[in-house]
Amino acid sequence: MNLSRFEINRRTALLTSAAIAANVVNPFRAFAQETPRKGGVFNVHYGAEQRQLNPSLQASTGVYIIGGKIQENLVDLDANGQPVGVLAESWEATPDGKTITFKLRKGVTWHDGKPFTSDDVAFTAMNMWKKILNYGSTLQLFLTAVDTPDPQTAIFRYERPMPLNLLLRALPDLGYISAKHIYENGDIRQNPANLAPVGTGPFKFVKYERGQYIIAERNADYWRSNAPYLDRIVWKVITDRAAAAAQLEAGELHYSPFSGLTISDMARLGKDKRFIVSTKGNEGNARTNTLEFNVRRKELSDIKVRRAIAHAINVPFFIENFLGDFAKLGTGPIPSTSTDFYPGANTPQYPYDKAKAAALLDEAGYKPGAGGTRFSLKLLPAPWGEDISLWSTFIQQSLSEVGIAIEIVRNDGGGFLKQVYDEHAFDLATGWHQYRNDPAVSTTVWYRSGQPKGAPWTNQWGWDDAKIDKIIDDAATEVDPVKRKALYADFVREANTELPVWMPIEQIFVTVITAKARNHSNTPRWGSSSWHDLWLSA
Amino acid sequence: MRILSLAGRRLAASIPTLVLILVGVFLLLQLAPGDTVDAMMAQMGGGDAATARELRRFYGLDLSIPMQLANYLWRLVRLDLGFSAIYGKPVATVILERLPPTLLLMTSALSFAFFFGLVFGVIAARGVNRWPDTLISTVGLIFYATPSFWFGLMAIVVFSIYLQWLPAGGFEDIGAIRTGIWRVLDIASHLILPSLTLGLIFLAIYLRIMRASMLEVLNLDFVRTARAKGLDETRIITRHVLRNALLPMVTLIGLQAGTMLGGSVVVETVFSLPGLGRLAYESVVQRDLNTLLGIVFVSALLVILVNFVTDLLYARLDPRIAAES
Repeated sequence: MNLSRFEINRRTALLTSAAIAANVVNPFRAFAQETPRKGGVFNVHYGAEQRQLNPSLQASTGVYIIGGKIQENLVDLDANGQPVGVLAESWEATPDGKTITFKLRKGVTWHDGKPFTSDDVAFTAMNMWKKILNYGSTLQLFLTAVDTPDPQTAIFRYERPMPLNLLLRALPDLGYISAKHIYENGDIRQNPANLAPVGTGPFKFVKYERGQYIIAERNADYWRSNAPYLDRIVWKVITDRAAAAAQLEAGELHYSPFSGLTISDMARLGKDKRFIVSTKGNEGNARTNTLEFNVRRKELSDIKVRRAIAHAINVPFFIENFLGDFAKLGTGPIPSTSTDFYPGANTPQYPYDKAKAAALLDEAGYKPGAGGTRFSLKLLPAPWGEDISLWSTFIQQSLSEVGIAIEIVRNDGGGFLKQVYDEHAFDLATGWHQYRNDPAVSTTVWYRSGQPKGAPWTNQWGWDDAKIDKIIDDAATEVDPVKRKALYADFVREANTELPVWMPIEQIFVTVITAKARNHSNTPRWGSSSWHDLWLSA
Repeated sequence: MRILSLAGRRLAASIPTLVLILVGVFLLLQLAPGDTVDAMMAQMGGGDAATARELRRFYGLDLSIPMQLANYLWRLVRLDLGFSAIYGKPVATVILERLPPTLLLMTSALSFAFFFGLVFGVIAARGVNRWPDTLISTVGLIFYATPSFWFGLMAIVVFSIYLQWLPAGGFEDIGAIRTGIWRVLDIASHLILPSLTLGLIFLAIYLRIMRASMLEVLNLDFVRTARAKGLDETRIITRHVLRNALLPMVTLIGLQAGTMLGGSVVVETVFSLPGLGRLAYESVVQRDLNTLLGIVFVSALLVILVNFVTDLLYARLDPRIAAES
């Protein structure tokens, strides 16, 4: 990720002579000498309201950005992206991988004063993660029971081996705990606590005014001594991106997470010394832009056509001219930010080569007809972001040059998911594949055959390949981390060879935050994390 | 009593329209691909088929479309607007929460547009084809042609970022808890920019209508009579011309109350106001049928109400209308 432009801004703004050495290595260290200041209100841009705020029930950044400060997970990621205990203090797995034991933190209480125990963990895992949580229900499919021999021990029992390393990668997102005493009676989905969460985290829920704001205040009884620093966090609901940028400039907002502004506003504020614009702190939320091929369509079932399409699109040109510093060339389904699984770029790639694309299409038997057109395809772009819209137009123009006519069909969120993942009414589709730290959590479902019809973000392209299926299944239950990594390298090689989905662009969400914030962006999923150490300088 | 019976007749006459509108919207939304569960999945960023099935059952989406429609209408007969999928609350509660900002915004924007439209329309008519008229008409046309989102954003840039006089968005200040008169003032300061933005577009229309109808009335015989009587010009304008020239303006208010409910979506979005317009937009994107139908229902009632008040105003301004009915 090319960040040099932003780092230079930060340096000019914040360098003091004493901090030069530290700063060149890591500009965020310039703050290390300051004494943390208690107090202050942190105003956060909240773009898309969700239907509820409990992260044990819904895995999405829109929930973590609020619920992740109020409720806590068993494990989170540290500054180096390694699992670190939060509500769990330690963990161990039996050699067969079927039993994983967590030792829980003592002296933690819920915001209503009741103690946190292993019963809460067992209740959440069996009733929320396994039954309701998106991604969680797949991850915990083979979880049979959670035993609680004492209040500080939770033993997870699996029917098939669960790689410890997979579980620990998944738990930062899919391991939030809810209180059993709040949820045990009645329908979990209708529980009022879903919109007024009760947790163990550094901030206590105060108020939610739908369409306006959410407020949480400092939890004075928080288990980490001396934390948190902030008095309050206020999330302001602002759906218009330009209006959010204006409020940042007017000082009414401190932070806009997850690429919440327009690309041009982010670039503009990056030059303003009052703000820090960076992808740092979002490495755990990497995503790739996709091109999904519906192989039920005769032309697209031919590997030559899929490869020709990839060769026909000049990805580096697109990135440089449309996405700038916020994106880089992708090399496959596992992004380079995934230190544990990234196999390198040494897998089949499809560099821009118009002549080769034309030759491949000729070879496949699709000669240019009247007006130079070989055949036409329907492309459905997802409505999630500006980049997808730009990318779909770029695909349309690039492919018209090799004689493939593209009709772009735009939908809103619900419509897009329905048409692509349920009705399969597309030839090409493009959106984001959001990588969630382990391919088994977020990625292999894009390639594994036998996905139930209608499940969004899964293989609905009619792709069925026994070889890929076998690698995916083997890797999912492989307990040895080294062998697992090798299997995923095979997976990427195979996926890039066959190309049922092409993932040529890698992006990390962009953070825009006030330069007064300290201890921010210091973990790979900072926007989702608890912010117990965040403070604002005067 | 006469007013009550008139109101009753009006309401009864609008019931078939209301039913038609509701059924139409219901069927239209069926045409949009995807349902509220798809929209929810889009928000979650992933989920499995079993979850989706469970959710569809939960929201009653596993029933056939005629069944769903019948259920809805039957609930409506019992004055139950149903349960909102995105808010997890009864629709009536959700709408009641959102109604005050929209009504405030509408009333202030309409009053602003009406008052200044009237004043400038009169000034333009008095100085017809001279410089005040040209200036007012040109500026009015510029306001009319400017898209409201751009106007709103520019207002924020100037008054909130550059001058820092007014807040950039929101309905009230969240940081400080205010009560009484201070809360009123705080909300008022938050509503200045949105009301101006929404009002300026309508201002141009009112101004042109007022100018045209003033010019028309000024040439009528009774004005000549008044002049012949030796009344001074100000008295002629205020007592004789204005009253008659107001009729088209009042008609327009009745018509535009509906437009304003829809037009406020953009302004509410730019200024982050929690109003009905944004709620309607969100319900469409989220395919929250109950909430959307509830809004349509309430908006229709509002428009009927405004038109009723307009009729009463007619009678007040021109006693001949009341006498005829």
